[in-house]
Amino acid sequence: MTFTETPNAVPAVEMQDITLRFPGVLANDHVNFTMYPGEIHALLGENGAGKSTLMNVLTGLYKPQSGEIRIHGKKVSFNSPKDAIANGIGMVHQHFMLVENQTVTENILIGLDTPRFALNLKKYDQEISHLADQFGIHIDPTARIWQLSVGEQQRVEILKILYRGADILIMDEPTAVLAPQEADELIETLKGMAAQGKAIAFISHKLTEVKQVADKLTVLRRGRVTAERKDLENFTRESLASLMVGREVIFNLHKCEQTAGREVLRLEDVSAVNNKNLPALRNVDLALHEGEILGIAGVAGNGQSELVEVITGLRECTGNIWLEGKNIANKPPAFSISHGLAHIPEDRIGVGSAPNLSLTSNIIMKRYDQAPVSQKWQLNYVAADALANGLKDEYDIQAPNVQTQARKLSGGNLQKLILARELSSAPRLVVAMQPTRGLDVGAIENVQQLLLNQRAQGCAILLVSEDLDELLSLSDRIAVMYEGHVVGTICSGDFDITKIGLMMTGTLPQDLPPEAEASKPVAVGSISEFDEVLDHVKDFERIDEASPAGQPVILSEEAAEEPCGDDTSPSEQLEDPDAGLTEKERVLRKVLGKKYQKGDEE
Amino acid sequence: MKIPYPVLLKRHEDYPKWLPVVTSVGAVLLAFIISGIVLAATGANPFTVYSYFFKASFGSWGAFSDVIVKATPLLLIGLGCSLAFKMRLWNIGAEGQFFIGAFLASAVVMVPLVNLETTPRWAVIALMMLLGMAGGALWGFIPGYLKAKLSINEVIITLMLNYVAILWNNYWIFGTWSEAGFQMTKTFPRSAWLPRLADFADKIPAFSGMTAHAGILFGIIAAIIVYQIIYKSKWGYKITLIGDNPRAARYAGIDIARNTILVFMVSGALAGLAGMTEVSGVVHRLQERISTSYGFSGVIVAWLAKLNPFAVILVSILFGALLVASREIQPSGISFLIQGITLFLVISSDVLLKYEIKWVRPSQETAQ
Amino acid sequence: MNWIEIFRSGISTGTVLLIASIGEILTERSGIQNLGVEGMMLLGAMAGFKVAYQTGNVWLGLLAAIAAGGLLSLAHALVTIHFQADQTVSGLSLTFLGTGLALVLGEGLTGLTAPVIPSASIPLLSKIPYLGPVAFANHNLLVYFGYLLVPLTWYYINRTRPGLHLRAVGENPAAADTLGVNIYRTRYIYTFLGGCFAGLAGAAISVAIAPGWYSNLTVNGQGFIAVALVIFASWNPWRAALGGYLFGVLRRFTLDLQGPRMLLGLANPFFFNTNLVFFLQMAPYILTIIALIWGSSAARKKRIGSPAALGVPYQRGERGL
Repeated sequence: MTFTETPNAVPAVEMQDITLRFPGVLANDHVNFTMYPGEIHALLGENGAGKSTLMNVLTGLYKPQSGEIRIHGKKVSFNSPKDAIANGIGMVHQHFMLVENQTVTENILIGLDTPRFALNLKKYDQEISHLADQFGIHIDPTARIWQLSVGEQQRVEILKILYRGADILIMDEPTAVLAPQEADELIETLKGMAAQGKAIAFISHKLTEVKQVADKLTVLRRGRVTAERKDLENFTRESLASLMVGREVIFNLHKCEQTAGREVLRLEDVSAVNNKNLPALRNVDLALHEGEILGIAGVAGNGQSELVEVITGLRECTGNIWLEGKNIANKPPAFSISHGLAHIPEDRIGVGSAPNLSLTSNIIMKRYDQAPVSQKWQLNYVAADALANGLKDEYDIQAPNVQTQARKLSGGNLQKLILARELSSAPRLVVAMQPTRGLDVGAIENVQQLLLNQRAQGCAILLVSEDLDELLSLSDRIAVMYEGHVVGTICSGDFDITKIGLMMTGTLPQDLPPEAEASKPVAVGSISEFDEVLDHVKDFERIDEASPAGQPVILSEEAAEEPCGDDTSPSEQLEDPDAGLTEKERVLRKVLGKKYQKGDEE
Repeated sequence: MKIPYPVLLKRHEDYPKWLPVVTSVGAVLLAFIISGIVLAATGANPFTVYSYFFKASFGSWGAFSDVIVKATPLLLIGLGCSLAFKMRLWNIGAEGQFFIGAFLASAVVMVPLVNLETTPRWAVIALMMLLGMAGGALWGFIPGYLKAKLSINEVIITLMLNYVAILWNNYWIFGTWSEAGFQMTKTFPRSAWLPRLADFADKIPAFSGMTAHAGILFGIIAAIIVYQIIYKSKWGYKITLIGDNPRAARYAGIDIARNTILVFMVSGALAGLAGMTEVSGVVHRLQERISTSYGFSGVIVAWLAKLNPFAVILVSILFGALLVASREIQPSGISFLIQGITLFLVISSDVLLKYEIKWVRPSQETAQ
Repeated sequence: MNWIEIFRSGISTGTVLLIASIGEILTERSGIQNLGVEGMMLLGAMAGFKVAYQTGNVWLGLLAAIAAGGLLSLAHALVTIHFQADQTVSGLSLTFLGTGLALVLGEGLTGLTAPVIPSASIPLLSKIPYLGPVAFANHNLLVYFGYLLVPLTWYYINRTRPGLHLRAVGENPAAADTLGVNIYRTRYIYTFLGGCFAGLAGAAISVAIAPGWYSNLTVNGQGFIAVALVIFASWNPWRAALGGYLFGVLRRFTLDLQGPRMLLGLANPFFFNTNLVFFLQMAPYILTIIALIWGSSAARKKRIGSPAALGVPYQRGERGL
């Protein structure tokens, strides 16, 4: 491990020997972390590796059991976030910490000592406008948070920190919620701030992005630092993955080639409003067939949740939703469940399970009314326990016994419990939303394979995910959503991450530059990575002038009607998949081939 | 002023089975001690009060019979509340449901709905029970419907309906049904009386003067039924699921609105039955003040029993004793005080079930 | 019927609800629901009356009432904030506790008379036709205090720094916490303040608007109505004032309905059948229910919600942190 000291500079942050133990977990184990002014320092690691914990120590939210923190060379001890703020430290959390019904200015002023008493909002609106201009951030200070897009909300978070005069910024997975192009914009802003002398810690799990933005890199695994280095160029995905995960990860999904069968689900002109009564789904048409996985791509909050809710009967809508020939629009959930709909909800704890009830009670949630669990008016708990025990073994749910409360399960095991319940009922349609989010590598693989198994059995699967890698590797078709519209549908042979990225920001398929279509369709099986989006975007800018018109792509209208045939073999479309790649990337692609590194999942 | 962050450090993974029992009993004992201190502060001698208290409620079989009389409505109401609370429905309206139940049961006699001379006693009583339960169910339906369809806070609605029910009763006993201008109806004929222990005094002399009536049997049967519902039935499973996570229940296809209304009605029916047993088994007429806040005490009974129907039987006897004693001791608010303190201590003691408590100095403090 | 008198007395009885509701608005805006207003009001009414009677000084009585309500509310604060108990049940037990304490400590006060809050007229304003005699003449000082309280509370909540923090804590405590706002302290303070206002509202009955101690009939459900008003008012002090005064007026109006022999040219049933008075007495409670139904549909139309974190205990690190 190499570590080069920046000469003649006092580190902005020096964390030494930080140890923090939560009940049962050693979250940070003698961690050292140093950051200099003007530096963007990436912090990489898996879910639960201790990145966020370390940064929460730096922001004063947690107090370490041992270790020392120096800010600009001065030893400090934080008792609350207030102390950290006073020392110029600010953090943009992954889940934004904003008060929805307050204005931008109000959110920025929370927790400050000035104004003393009366809020002169007009004056502060102006101040904040000035500050935003200084860093090239565009925002209306009088807007209320709920009126803003996710990207704008993130800017508010950054302004919140800048307004406090912070010179040490912590960004917790800032690009996770953004479309590729938005992420690019953010990175430019961050670079600009670093140029003005700010020290920026950038939590991520995406190497490409890190390479693009960071000057230095620290990798954490299981609470320990496994690498700290500046020579980012010399990193390969493989070496990084093994540093992050601790073993070589070869992702090996078995996805069989098969032709989609008859139609299972059809949405006709479906519209719905969200909880704020604003339009969330606008005239959506979709069709889904037996043995087919339809991926839904889109930046969070563009109607995906509402789409899932109208299909599963949890939200009212207009239009028709046909499941196996029955209109299930506005029917209670029980109706669609009885017609073969399984639902893997986004919120495992809040929706998918009853945390204080036993494993058994959670398993029989949709089956308490069927024999043998149901016995006249009674519930046969012996039969229920037997069922639960069977599924516990079959799906390898790690728990002491079936009487264990669901809240005691780990995230991965809870998801297995939900999958066990949903998939064991031989569903016709599985609606899965973010099925792998927050799980660790092994569990992700497991969940994805279970979904593919369902596909092999002829089940239709609607997969909503914000993880483009997952969509690209699992889906037969991908529909992209933007502001409640389905912007377009792409078949697996034509998957192109640049195009999907542009569609995610609202570009209609017909408005896409033809060059983009031609640039890099990715074959089924050889899986592209979300990481590469930014590279592609750059490539796309470069090819813009040179490349000839590309392949026509099967787009929304027909795609909604017909499943993609397997006759469009990838090789026919791929003339030169690596066109426009740099030499290094070409090599990388060759090296990785069909292997898939899943180290950068979170 | 610096208020430390929670000293409650560790979430209990599991607690021993006896812990809830210990905390509940401890809460009751502590409530008596604290109330004793308040009593001493007002100049009374708590020991005298408490020994009198004990004698008045458990001193003799006769006294115990009185305790059972008071425990009967508490048991029925406590069971209804247990069922509602299991679904996290705050039915604080048992008081009103009790009064409407008593009113409709009395209507059988006062209208009269049947010929009291010729109809057999069991039929009259059965009809009174039926109407009593219907009245309570009706009064439970209103907040249930408003909660289910308009998501209006049931606590406020049930509290308001309590006042409405009491005033409704007053209208009848002060007016239409008033006997000779007194604020009560005429005494019901014997055919509308629930059998009492004293009725069997000719066979078993020890029973003479004992007022405990058949209502306690209804209570025990109801406890068995409610137990079966909560712990054995499919409906109970649905109720428990909704109570633990309504969003999960909705996702699982359970009709929450329908069950909200249903549970509210059953809960109300039990309170209405309690009202019926009070007019038919105790006072034998409809009058003012047939309830000494049974509706509210029932809430505490349910909570103290941790919503377990069999524990409700024991706790309602304890609270019955409290009510019997407080009839005779001064100051009159002492039973409210003990009840309030008990409930406070019980909900505070729940924290012992959730967390292992460690006191930490701020310097060692780590958030969870 | 004397309309001036109905409105006059409506404003004065409405002041009780107004003060209690404003207190509860402050508490709920911080994310804590306290259903024990009834108990705190009763204790405040008792304490105010008892101290005023014993010391002969009504202002000391007011102070005692405020302290009593505030202290009682701390029990709720401790149990719901630190112990994370269910706020509904805790509020209910607070009602019991307050009622019990008030009855025990208020033993023997019934029938006594104590000094009352003085009344005054506002110069000039009281001369305005109709409005003057209704709103500015011969009212006790607490009524005028109520007039001031509404705009001040609104300004405090919406236009000051502590108000900003209060709203942030009630809406998104995790966000406020990361910015260094002390969630627990904030919630304690506003639960305590809510208790103080409830105590004051109780005293407003016993030493000002309907002087005397009538055991638990002194408050008689007004605490619960005040809690309902908060929902009706969508946590807005102006609407709470509107609701409070409207309630006061309607209450007085229904009582006065018994007076005249003739009503709208017809024989007045309430005059001839005195038992119908019970239906008139039901009016405030039924009105509360109607107000809640109306409020819920209005809220749905205008998308007004309760404070997002209302009733949810806060603990660091539960989610996202």
